[in-house]
Amino acid sequence: MHAPLNLAELRPGFSEPVRDSQSAFRALLTATAQPGTVVELGKALSPPSGLNQAAAAVLLTLADQDTLVWLEPGLRGGAVESWLRFHTSCPLSDQPEHAAFAVLVSASLTSGMLSGFNQGDAKYPDLATTVVVMVPDLHSGPALVLEGPGIENVAEIAPEGLPEFFWSERADLVAHFQFGIDVMLCAEAALVSIPRTTRIQFKGE
Amino acid sequence: MIATEAHARPNAAPDERYYTYAYLDEQTKRMIRRAILKALAIPGYQVPFGSREMPVPYGWGTGGIQLTAAIIGPEDVYKCIDQGADDTTNAVSIRRFFATVADVATTEDTSEATIIQSRHRIPEQPLADGQIMVFQVPQPEPLRGLEPRETETRAMHAYAEYGLQYVSLYENISAYGRIAATAGYPVMIDERYLMSPSPIPKFDNPKMHMNPAILLFGAGREKRIYAVPPFTRVRSLDFEDYPFETQSWDEVCALCGANDSYLDEVVLDDQGQHMFVCSDSHYCADRRAKGHAGPMAGHALAHIETEIAVEEA
Repeated sequence: MHAPLNLAELRPGFSEPVRDSQSAFRALLTATAQPGTVVELGKALSPPSGLNQAAAAVLLTLADQDTLVWLEPGLRGGAVESWLRFHTSCPLSDQPEHAAFAVLVSASLTSGMLSGFNQGDAKYPDLATTVVVMVPDLHSGPALVLEGPGIENVAEIAPEGLPEFFWSERADLVAHFQFGIDVMLCAEAALVSIPRTTRIQFKGE
Repeated sequence: MIATEAHARPNAAPDERYYTYAYLDEQTKRMIRRAILKALAIPGYQVPFGSREMPVPYGWGTGGIQLTAAIIGPEDVYKCIDQGADDTTNAVSIRRFFATVADVATTEDTSEATIIQSRHRIPEQPLADGQIMVFQVPQPEPLRGLEPRETETRAMHAYAEYGLQYVSLYENISAYGRIAATAGYPVMIDERYLMSPSPIPKFDNPKMHMNPAILLFGAGREKRIYAVPPFTRVRSLDFEDYPFETQSWDEVCALCGANDSYLDEVVLDDQGQHMFVCSDSHYCADRRAKGHAGPMAGHALAHIETEIAVEEA
């Protein structure tokens, strides 16, 4: 299961881990407190092919030996896995229902996938998986209107590359709040955080 | 207090200086950061976290200090208040602590601060978008006084079973004719989780409703972190016929004349003399600087505050 570690090809992580992870976290804090806000993070990173800068910054900032990470099959066994193991020491899992963080590309989303992640426990809803989805961009897809805690009136985003069932399946999962998954959409060095409290509609509906 | 000196380390390389930036180790900060993000995703829910030993005793703000340490960066401007005052021992110590271990600028000015750590008050001046309030919480569980078992209170939160809390408020009314709680008055967050707002006076409860700032709560001894995101509904519990009310005073602030701030009673001698002054020291000083004067303006107590502020600077 362990990919051989090739140090010569290993891409670097944060150049100043303490400073960089603090500023990346503050971007994540802003994004999660105010869903729909596009934040920039990981701009200086050159992550391995398959991982974009924002997703790489999320993992470098939050993943460590205490967090089980699920990588989609396309990211397993190669440079991404080696990079992640080397920089964060996080254990990887094949079982999405155990993952604290899940990392996947929007193109490989399949119907029913989201319900396979940890939805949290009634008494410990914080155990739910944070799903990091890499998308092509955050502005040229169908327009979405966001409401809920953290949003004064409404917020709008337009992420590209997400299949339509993604939003309906997410809505079904978070309808049973406190259960549900928290999503982070990552495009290059931009990120939008969609916690389970956010209510989403296609614009015009 | 530990960490007041000997931290200058003039020979440390710049990158080495940041190895233990903000006191906590990186693994602890990551753990707290993950808890904060989950707390924001589930507003009002108490996220368990691995609270660390801090260089102050439990009860002195260890939860708030750990939260601040996990979020603070060198660009931040840090304010710390204790019961509203910038110049009390606990507030001064914690402010110096972060000035030392996190290289941050400190301030007493509420509008200047990016992070405001507080023990039991929300400043009078409205908070702004982008500010973060960090509350030090002694007892995060609003139901603990009614139900001592953690397993039970956790189940009550899981199933939103808050009847016991309403019974308690009802008993209050039957005993005193009103809801007698004055601080730590329970609130409902986004109509789902019952939350203790830490023992802030209920005077401050309405300030949390649809507030533009991020509100973070940390309980070090009880090992819990919870949060209220900006623009979130915060409702103080009440009954239709006994609506929620905040404290009010017949007096105005003796020093600055404010009639809209939370007032502390100060006993002046053993002859029954007393005065009411703003609990928010910066709000009061700011008003006095702008020329507002209360009935006892110029009292010796006003000068004490000024002297401490000068020495601090």
